[in-house]
Amino acid sequence: MNYLPNIIFLIILAVGIGYFVNNIKKLRRNIKLGKDIDVSDNKPQRWKNMTRIALGQTKMVVRPVAGFLHIIVYVGFIIINIEVLEIIIDGIFGTHRIFAPLGTLYDFLIASFEILALLVIVAVILFWIRRNIIRLQRFIKPEMKGWPKKDGNLILYIELVLMLLFLTMNAADYQLQQLGAAHYTEAGSFPVSRFIAPIFEGLSLSTLIVVERTAWWLHITGILIFLNYLYFSKHLHILLAFPNTYFGKLGPKGKFKNLDAVTQEVKLMLDPSADPFAAPAEDAADPEKFGASDIMDLSWVQLLNAYTCTECGRCTSECPANQTGKKLSPRKIMMDTRDRIEEVGKNLDANKGKFEDDGKQLLDDYITREELWACTSCNACVEACPVSIDPLSIIMDMRQYLVMEQSAAPSDLNNMMTNIENNGAPWPFNQMDRLNWKEEL
Amino acid sequence: MAELFAAGQQPDVLFWVGCAGSFDDRAKKITKAFVKILNQANVSFAVLGTEESCTGDPAKRSGNEFLFQMQAMTNIEVMNGYEVKKIVTTCPHCFNTLKNEYPGLGGTYEVLHHTQFLKQLLEEGKISIEGGKFKGKRITFHDPCYLGRANGVYEAPRELIRKLDAELVEMKNCKKQGLCCGAGGGQMFKEPEKGDKDVNVERTEQALETQPEIIAAACPFCNTMMTDGVKSKEKEASVVVMDIAELIANAEDL
Repeated sequence: MNYLPNIIFLIILAVGIGYFVNNIKKLRRNIKLGKDIDVSDNKPQRWKNMTRIALGQTKMVVRPVAGFLHIIVYVGFIIINIEVLEIIIDGIFGTHRIFAPLGTLYDFLIASFEILALLVIVAVILFWIRRNIIRLQRFIKPEMKGWPKKDGNLILYIELVLMLLFLTMNAADYQLQQLGAAHYTEAGSFPVSRFIAPIFEGLSLSTLIVVERTAWWLHITGILIFLNYLYFSKHLHILLAFPNTYFGKLGPKGKFKNLDAVTQEVKLMLDPSADPFAAPAEDAADPEKFGASDIMDLSWVQLLNAYTCTECGRCTSECPANQTGKKLSPRKIMMDTRDRIEEVGKNLDANKGKFEDDGKQLLDDYITREELWACTSCNACVEACPVSIDPLSIIMDMRQYLVMEQSAAPSDLNNMMTNIENNGAPWPFNQMDRLNWKEEL
Repeated sequence: MAELFAAGQQPDVLFWVGCAGSFDDRAKKITKAFVKILNQANVSFAVLGTEESCTGDPAKRSGNEFLFQMQAMTNIEVMNGYEVKKIVTTCPHCFNTLKNEYPGLGGTYEVLHHTQFLKQLLEEGKISIEGGKFKGKRITFHDPCYLGRANGVYEAPRELIRKLDAELVEMKNCKKQGLCCGAGGGQMFKEPEKGDKDVNVERTEQALETQPEIIAAACPFCNTMMTDGVKSKEKEASVVVMDIAELIANAEDL
C-alpha cells in the first residue's frame, strides 16, 4: 500500500510522456509530407544561426518590451525545469527534495526558481494585458478570431497556474519545515513563497501536508498536460524554434531558388540540336508539377515553418500589403498552411495512412489568389520573424503554380510577361531603342 | 560592348543599364547621371546596348520561372561570350538577380550596385564628392528592398549622402525595417489589390514626416513610386525625389 503514490505517479508520467511521443511521431509524419530538400550544407553557419536566433533570442529583442518579457518567460521555463527533474525523481522513488543535500547550491537553486517564477507571473500578466486590454493591433487581426485568440490566452493561463502551484507548494513546504514536520527537512531558501506562507498560519500539520501534496501533484500533472497541449496549440515553437532556425534560409534574402525542373526544359528549348518532336524516353518520369497548390508540393522545411509559427504577428505588422489594408497577412499564410497539414494528417489517420482526395487544397480553400498577388516580395515578413520562418517562399511557390500550371496571372502581369518575351523588357518598347539615352548625353 | 570586343579590348566593368534605365524617361536621367560620373572618373566601361535584355526578375517574382530562366540563360550566353567579369547596375532588382540567381545558371560575375561602385570610386580617389548645392539640405534615404533587406547593403548609399555634407534624416522605418515602396514582386506592372491605401503613399507619408527637401532613392522603381507618392500628397513643389547618382552628378555640376 505504501507504494501506491509511486505507482500512480509512474502511470501518470508514462501516460503523459507516451501521449507526447505519439504526438511527436504524428508531427514528424506530417512534416515529412513535404518534398525533400537538401539542407545538409554549411553546418557551422546553421549551428551559429540556431544558437544566435533561437537560444540567444537575438531577433526577439528587436521589439524591446515583448522581447524582454519573452526572455523572462523563456529563461524561467528552462531553469525551472531543473525543478521538474527533482519532482520526477521524488515521484518515482517516494523521496522528498532529493537534491537537498546540495546544501547552499540547493538554497541558491530554489531561490532562483522562486524569483524566476515571480517574474514569469508578472510577464504573463503583462502579456495578457497586451492581448486583452491594450489589444495590440497584431493580436486582433481577422485571422486571430476564434480559436487562435483562445489558444493564446489559454497558454498564458496554464503558465500562470503552473507558477502559482509551484509557489504554493514551496510556501506550504516552508511552513512545514518551520513546524519541524517529519519528512520535511529544512532545505532550500524561499525568497518569494515565505511571503505566501503566512496565509497558512494556524493550519494543522495534516492540512498543510494536504496543501503541499495537492500543489505538488497538480504542478507535475499540469506540466504533463501542457506538454501534450503543445501539439494542439500554436505553442510548438518552444521546441521547433531550434530545428527551424537551424534549417532556415542561408545566404541573401533576395536569392530565390531556381527550379531545376525548369532549367532542364529551358536548356532543351535553347539547344538547337534538340529534336522538338522526339517522343519522351520510355523510362522518363512524369513531368514535375511546377509550384505549389497544396502542402505536398511544399518542402518539408516550409511545413516545419508552419508548425513553428507561434502567431506573434510580427510578420503581418511589418507587411506593406497588410499595413495598407490588403487581405494578405504572412501570418495567415503560415496558419493556413498548418491547418491544411493538420487536415491532411487527419485524412491519413482516418484512411489507414493513405490520403483520400478530399477535393480541397491549400490554394483557394485556404489561401486566396487575392492574398498571393498582393505580395511585393519585400522580405519584411522574413526579416521580422524571430524564428526564421519564410512566408514569402510559400507565396512564391504558389504564384509559380498559378502562372506555370494554370496560366492564371492577373492580366496586367500577363501583359508584362508577354512584353518580356517579345521585346526583352516589361514594357512594349522596341529592343532597338535600348541605347537611345546615349544620344541625349 | 560588341565594338570593344571586336577591337580586342576588354572594359573593366560592364554597366548593366536595365529596362527602366533604358526606356523609362525618368530612369534614363539616372542612367545619364551615372554615365557622366563614370566618364568623369575615367572608368573603362561598356554597355550591352541592344544585346541587353530583361534579367527576368519581374517574371520570376510573378511566378514565371520559365520566362525568367529563358531570359537568364540568354543574357548569360551573351555576357559569357564577352567574357564579362564585373557588372555594375543602377537597378537593385537587376543587381539582386544577376548577383544571386545567375550563378546557379552558369553566370558568375562580380556584381555591384552603383552606390557600392561609387563608394569604391570615392575611396580610390577617382571621384571627389563635395556638397555644393546640397550642403546642409535635409535628405532622407529610402532603402530599396532588393538592395537593403535582400542583400544587406545599407551603408554605401548613406555614406555617399553624408559626403554631400547633407543632413541625412532617417524615416521611422529604415534599413532592416525599411518599408517597401510598393513596386516589388511584379506590383510595378499591375493594379494593387483592394485595400485602404497604396503602399507608395504610406511610404511617402513616412518620408514626409522627416520634413525632407530631398527623398533619395537608389532604384528606378522606388523612384517612380516615391515620385507618384509625393505628387499624390501635392508636395512636388517642395520635395524632390532623386537617385544617389543624380545627387552626386548634380553636386559636381556634371
